[in-house]
Amino acid sequence: MASVTNPSTVSTGSPTGKALREATFTAVMTFLMFALFIGLKTDQNMRNELILVPRWGMLAILVVLAFVGRFAMVAWLQPWRAASKAAKAEAPTVDEEAGFVKRNFSKLAILALVLYPPIILALFGAQGSLKYIDNFGIQILIYVMLAWGLNIVVGLAGLLDLGYVAFYAVGAYSYALLSINFGFSFWILLPLAGILSAFWGIILGFPVLRLKGDYLAIVTLAFGEIIRLVLINWQDVTKGTFGISGIPKITLFGIPFDASPNGFAKIFHLAPSSAYYKVFLFYLILLLCLLTAFVTIRLRRLPIGRAWEALREDEIACRSLGINTVTTKLTAFAIGAMFGGFAGSFFAARQGFVSPESFVFLESAVILSIVVLGGMGSLTGIAIAAIAMVGGTELLREMDFLKAVFGPDFTPELYRMLIFGLAMITMMLVRPRGFVGSREPTAFLFERKNVSGSFTKEGHG
Amino acid sequence: MAADTLLKVEGVETFYGNIRALAGVDVEVKKGEIVSLIGANGAGKSTLMMTICGSPQARHGSVIFDGQDITRMPTHEIARLRIAQSPEGRRIFPRMTVYENLQMGASLDNQKFFQEDVEKMFTLFPRLKERQFQRGGTLSGGEQQMLAIARALMARPKLLMLDEPSLGLAPLVSKQIFAAIKLLNVEQGLTVFLVEQNAFAALKLSHRAYVLVNGSITMSGSGAELLANPEVRAAYLEGGAH
Repeated sequence: MASVTNPSTVSTGSPTGKALREATFTAVMTFLMFALFIGLKTDQNMRNELILVPRWGMLAILVVLAFVGRFAMVAWLQPWRAASKAAKAEAPTVDEEAGFVKRNFSKLAILALVLYPPIILALFGAQGSLKYIDNFGIQILIYVMLAWGLNIVVGLAGLLDLGYVAFYAVGAYSYALLSINFGFSFWILLPLAGILSAFWGIILGFPVLRLKGDYLAIVTLAFGEIIRLVLINWQDVTKGTFGISGIPKITLFGIPFDASPNGFAKIFHLAPSSAYYKVFLFYLILLLCLLTAFVTIRLRRLPIGRAWEALREDEIACRSLGINTVTTKLTAFAIGAMFGGFAGSFFAARQGFVSPESFVFLESAVILSIVVLGGMGSLTGIAIAAIAMVGGTELLREMDFLKAVFGPDFTPELYRMLIFGLAMITMMLVRPRGFVGSREPTAFLFERKNVSGSFTKEGHG
Repeated sequence: MAADTLLKVEGVETFYGNIRALAGVDVEVKKGEIVSLIGANGAGKSTLMMTICGSPQARHGSVIFDGQDITRMPTHEIARLRIAQSPEGRRIFPRMTVYENLQMGASLDNQKFFQEDVEKMFTLFPRLKERQFQRGGTLSGGEQQMLAIARALMARPKLLMLDEPSLGLAPLVSKQIFAAIKLLNVEQGLTVFLVEQNAFAALKLSHRAYVLVNGSITMSGSGAELLANPEVRAAYLEGGAH
């Protein structure tokens, strides 16, 4: 044994052999674990008797998946990671100049988003583009906006809010009710919905001023549920679970998007299509998102934004520096809620229908997961997380080929929470502080410098 | 030394629930003085400091600062009267850079004197200048203490209150900190109220000092007097003088 370089290889045989052994073990464990859960299903037959329905095919698929997954991990992924780690350790860490794409990432991303509808229209035609612009584009951008709004409360001010969807609901119902009952246009109601949501943000803020962490989270969760229950039970106004339908569409400076003689298509001599409205909505929500990002970035450089971040770090220190923590917290709640309200009124206008079902706790949880996954406080990270989470859901709907594997009853989107859960656990193991975990400083004397500060642990000295 | 009283604590009693942490404390700090408060663990030193800052507020007695009763004022308004506090455990903002931490200290004047003051801080603590773009959390304990003091000074305080500035620091580093405090007092006439475990260093530095035992002041006098006092020596200085 003169030339032992890698002791683990020597002691356990070749990587393939080791991988085979581990994979077999994993497959056996999977079989034992899932034999009863997945392999057998209880069902009722025609005579109302409980019978066992075997699902051996499903079980076999799981076992094979576990085998292949473990094999791939041990045989390829682990050596590759070890090799890249070794390579990294050997190579001196040079602060390489960030590439063109990296430096101008946000500008390029905005440009790509602006060009997205025309490209899709050109590629898929007016009818084929609906799916991509509406389901992927608008849907994702709504969540980007919601997550950026929540980011002000959770990411910047550090106030864990589990009931953010309440403000989304307030915005949506404000637009729905005021436009139907009073005939106001979207452009008047958008700021109004924002103001109303901000008002409710302050209403929530007052009782929870003294609460922190877990306690705050529970009260905000309750607040979200209260709003939803009020929407369900105040039937005279909200029509309860039936929801409100026939909400007016948004107009472009008074030009409606319909087939009427003074509609958008007629005025511009275009073939009538619903795609114009979708493209218009896409640009509108994109603008609202950019407004959110712009306000967030600006606020972070202003005293109030800095006070939010300081509040997140240490409340006692904030007070001893003369910062009024009451107003600081309330403004965070109010401004965060305001953007939720904007997104809500947009949502109502886009759907044409709102019901309490759209504002369940799961929505809050999804928005919060986006913020956490993206890395609290980081706009880019949150946008990426929103694309991954919301786009991922939409993609699951598209994966019809899975039916060929798992049988015709398989509906991939039902597994979305399972996949989210797995993704969340993996993320927290691999990147515990989100996609973009390091906080960007707001103040520079001379130039940006790469400092070792990104290695700090949160909240540790 | 000017004779005007800057801070006057009279008969202050502070409670945590039903437990009386301070049992009628009288303390006076005059302009331009360094006054220190020494005492054992749990004597109420930090409580007294926090009571002056209004969190928790005193149940009985009064706190007068610069002729104004601040007993019932909220903490942030007390801070706006230019009482700067470097709280126990330093409490810098760990994920903000050193520079941003200093900006937070200057929020009272809306950064008006920021450029001027930040240079002064970097002269006083050159280490902070080297580390200005580093996150507060990456600093060593001594550097964090320097940052905590510098951040407090950025508010241009009339009274600087320091809670255990030498806590957890190597003797050499705490010496640097005390030297900086002395310098501020001599050069700028800054009034300092100091809570310290390290009684020897505190007494040597201070013009006057108070000894707090179980929530009451048992002794007071000039730093030199207390240093020479056999009771103080027995209780707080045995083996501690180095």
